[in-house]
Amino acid sequence: MFDDFFVRALFAGIGIAFVTGPLGCFIVWRRLSYFGDTLAHSALLGVTMAYTFELNIALSVFIISSLIALILIQLQKKTNLPGDALLGLLAHSSLAVGLVVIGFLTFIRFDIMGLLFGDILAVTKGDLFMIWIGGAVILIVLKLIWKPLFASTVNYELAEAEGLNPDRAKAVFTILMAAVIAISIKMVGLLLITGMLIIPAAMARNISDSPQKMVFYSIIGGLLSVILGLFSSLEFNTSSGPSIIVASLILFILSLLNIKQSIKLKN
Amino acid sequence: MSSNTNILVKLNNAGFRQNNKWLVEGVSLKVEKGKIVTLIGPNGSGKSTTAKIALGIYKNIEGSVEKYTNKVGYVPQKISIDWTLPLRVNDFMVLTEKINDDEINDALSLTGVMHLKNKNLGNLSGGEFQRVLLARAISKKPELLVLDEPVQGVDYTGEIALYELIKKISDTLNCGILLISHDLHTVMTATDHVVCLNGHVCCSGTPMDVAENNEYKTLFGEKASQILSVYEHKHDHIHSDDGDIKKN
Repeated sequence: MFDDFFVRALFAGIGIAFVTGPLGCFIVWRRLSYFGDTLAHSALLGVTMAYTFELNIALSVFIISSLIALILIQLQKKTNLPGDALLGLLAHSSLAVGLVVIGFLTFIRFDIMGLLFGDILAVTKGDLFMIWIGGAVILIVLKLIWKPLFASTVNYELAEAEGLNPDRAKAVFTILMAAVIAISIKMVGLLLITGMLIIPAAMARNISDSPQKMVFYSIIGGLLSVILGLFSSLEFNTSSGPSIIVASLILFILSLLNIKQSIKLKN
Repeated sequence: MSSNTNILVKLNNAGFRQNNKWLVEGVSLKVEKGKIVTLIGPNGSGKSTTAKIALGIYKNIEGSVEKYTNKVGYVPQKISIDWTLPLRVNDFMVLTEKINDDEINDALSLTGVMHLKNKNLGNLSGGEFQRVLLARAISKKPELLVLDEPVQGVDYTGEIALYELIKKISDTLNCGILLISHDLHTVMTATDHVVCLNGHVCCSGTPMDVAENNEYKTLFGEKASQILSVYEHKHDHIHSDDGDIKKN
């Protein structure tokens, strides 16, 4: 069954949606969209490292993204620059360094478009395996740190005062973000991964009144985006990443219509 | 040592400085089971800072904190919750500890906000939110309650009822309470031990001891003099406008 590239892509996308759903909610709640962007941009450097040293792409991306996250935390402590300036600095310089390194790697033919925007043809059985195993590990870890992470998202001091160790939860969550970017890069592309994390969660926010519901709808939204996006990618011969993101955007717009209707009903 | 087993948290000459300025320094106090310790003092005197030191929120402190319990309930003075989070009162109640539905209902009923259980936290008024905060802190049956102006924004009758509730909780749960309050009447009637702060400990003791203290009178003026007797002693220092201490 997994011999067909489209089936592989579909199952890869479904696996990714299960992970991006809950993680995306935390990214929206904790206002980490640009942080996610920065990690994703640095993924290009990870990919070039993978080719240079013949490593597994996901592993290499995971290592580089985690490293960038650590550097960011250090810079935040040691400089007076605002957080968004540091994020921009790291995002664009790591992207630029990645592209420059690609220029030197003349012996490999790169599909840059595929890297930036995702390529469903590129998903191998090995990738599929990694997405599902990696995704399961990410979800289990998220479940373990859920209480301190969620409590400190609501209020840091309450969580700290009542003994939940929010700093450790935050550090673990940063690593989980690097991990989800690593497993979804081939599918969605590094420029659009943050969209896959944020847009279904934003859609879910519009139609949820509790955190659990928001996580649930965010997963559903991600699944629908992947399925609709991949089928239209096949139909119109477009890159998989943009197709998935456009599908999630359409769902987001529909969720806005839903709000307007419910307001009308109330009045 | 049997005398120590009742101690829940103890500050030894504790202080905290931020940007090279002491927020509070040299605070020693202890909270014991079943006792209410109240911190009083003017704005900026370090009351909330002292509470946060006791809770372990501030890490790089001078002196030391000994904490003998992990069952803590905290009502902070200021709480900023990001409303990008869809959060109902019900979700907020189980934020730091899993408690069952009956316990949630009991706590919400005690503070008079049972009817808000399924409301979105962002739609509550200031007083309603304060009652929910208090309900959340007591629902987990803590050994140590830290209440930083727990009744701010609550209507007058509610205020009295909530202070009675706090007193009752201290008795029934046998928990220690570190209370920050501006209501001197409550402080004088319900409290076992008062610590008067002004960047450092100005005076401390039973409510009567403190009420008779001259520094307390200087800090609280008219209101305070209604409650107290005539006891005077010499000051050995004065406070400048920014709270620094100058020896006479």
